[in-house]
Amino acid sequence: MKQIEPKHPAAIRWFHWINFPLLTIMIWSGLLIYWANDVYKVGWGDTTVFHFFPQSFYDAFSINSRLAEGMAWHFLFMWLFAINGVCYVLFTLISGEWRSLVPNRSTLREAIQVVLHDLGLSKNRLPRQKFNGAQKIAYSSIIVMGLGSLITGLAIWKSVQFGWLTAMLGGYAAARVEHFLLTLGYVGFFVVHISQVIRAGWNHFRAMVTGFEVIEASNDEHK
Amino acid sequence: MTNISEQEISRRTRRSFITGGIAALAGLGTWEWIRTGTAEDGIQAPLRRAEQLDDVFSRALFSETRLAKTFDASEIGEAQLNGDEGLDGEPDADWKLMVDDASALSLEQIKALPKFEQITQFKCIEGWNYIMKWGGARFSDFAAAHGPSGAMQKSWVGIETPDGGYYVGLERASAMHPQTLLAYEMNGQSLTNEHGAPLRLIIPVKYGIKNLKRIGKITFSDTRLKDYWAENGYDYDSGF
Repeated sequence: MKQIEPKHPAAIRWFHWINFPLLTIMIWSGLLIYWANDVYKVGWGDTTVFHFFPQSFYDAFSINSRLAEGMAWHFLFMWLFAINGVCYVLFTLISGEWRSLVPNRSTLREAIQVVLHDLGLSKNRLPRQKFNGAQKIAYSSIIVMGLGSLITGLAIWKSVQFGWLTAMLGGYAAARVEHFLLTLGYVGFFVVHISQVIRAGWNHFRAMVTGFEVIEASNDEHK
Repeated sequence: MTNISEQEISRRTRRSFITGGIAALAGLGTWEWIRTGTAEDGIQAPLRRAEQLDDVFSRALFSETRLAKTFDASEIGEAQLNGDEGLDGEPDADWKLMVDDASALSLEQIKALPKFEQITQFKCIEGWNYIMKWGGARFSDFAAAHGPSGAMQKSWVGIETPDGGYYVGLERASAMHPQTLLAYEMNGQSLTNEHGAPLRLIIPVKYGIKNLKRIGKITFSDTRLKDYWAENGYDYDSGF
């Protein structure tokens, strides 16, 4: 006999999986827009270590010459991205789920243990809990980043009507850089998130679809 | 925690994945429906609808009393050029500004209106911007002095180049905004041909695409007027 334990509420699972294509479309349409003035790079002075983005990247994803289309997708899906995000935050607040997500006093110490463990530098078993310290920090940061994208996006889109916001962010050009950096942050999050999901295995992944986690009844941990 | 059979776990797992699969197909279907929509003025119809809804929001949000940021003279940069639609050859030596096909004004008549200078940010829809000083008459002063009767109350303004090759449409509130200029000076000098001599529109509450160069004609209307880039997939409002 096995046992199941409810893990992720249905609402959270829906918000999560709806957000995935929405954010993908926002990043893709953002690239269509960015292409028109692709001035960002990693480097200093005249030295370019990496240019965002090489022509081969644009060609591979058919990014070229689609500014109007990119803006149209971006300014439609921004509403859906915002609504889904707001609903998620409201749900976690009302349901009390925020308690297992928002970092607390012991989070940083836990997070360091998790990182050491995952890098193979520590053999200590991690305590069993819904979200470990590293997850709490990552999942809370990504929500703050989402809010950041909405705020910097609004400051770019309506830079006169929300001129105070644009000024607070350091001006129009600065808001664009911030908006772009947040997007790079999502890509970084995605890479780590996917590798962690693969590491954690099928049971954890299934829990994000079905809502429950399966526990072997004979598991020592639970005696 | 509940005891549960292997079978029941499989059943519940399958049910969840089927629900997820159906939702994913619905999402893909929506995506395909938008992506393959028939073009309406250069953009898929569903995206055109979305642009129109965004424009309702933009117009509701817009306030004539909110000003675009102005800058210090030390921040003035290099003016950039982009697009020469409607700018073939030189402007006519006997250039006149047509108003509603009814009257023709000389540049001197525009210059006789109160002159305003402002240092604002010119933002191209492509993403770049530059800060520049512009000098000219307020559009609202022009409309009051030289517009046809009732011009100030007309909902839409249309501006086009002398050859009609480029044209923009503006809603009343943005056209009458105090920073919207019929500009004849850039950085203290008369406009050069490439920057729209003898008279151009400077409208800092809109993207560069609305800042039409070499104005030939201005029209006031109760119905929305044609707009070059809105006919090519871009959002009609294109305002900040």
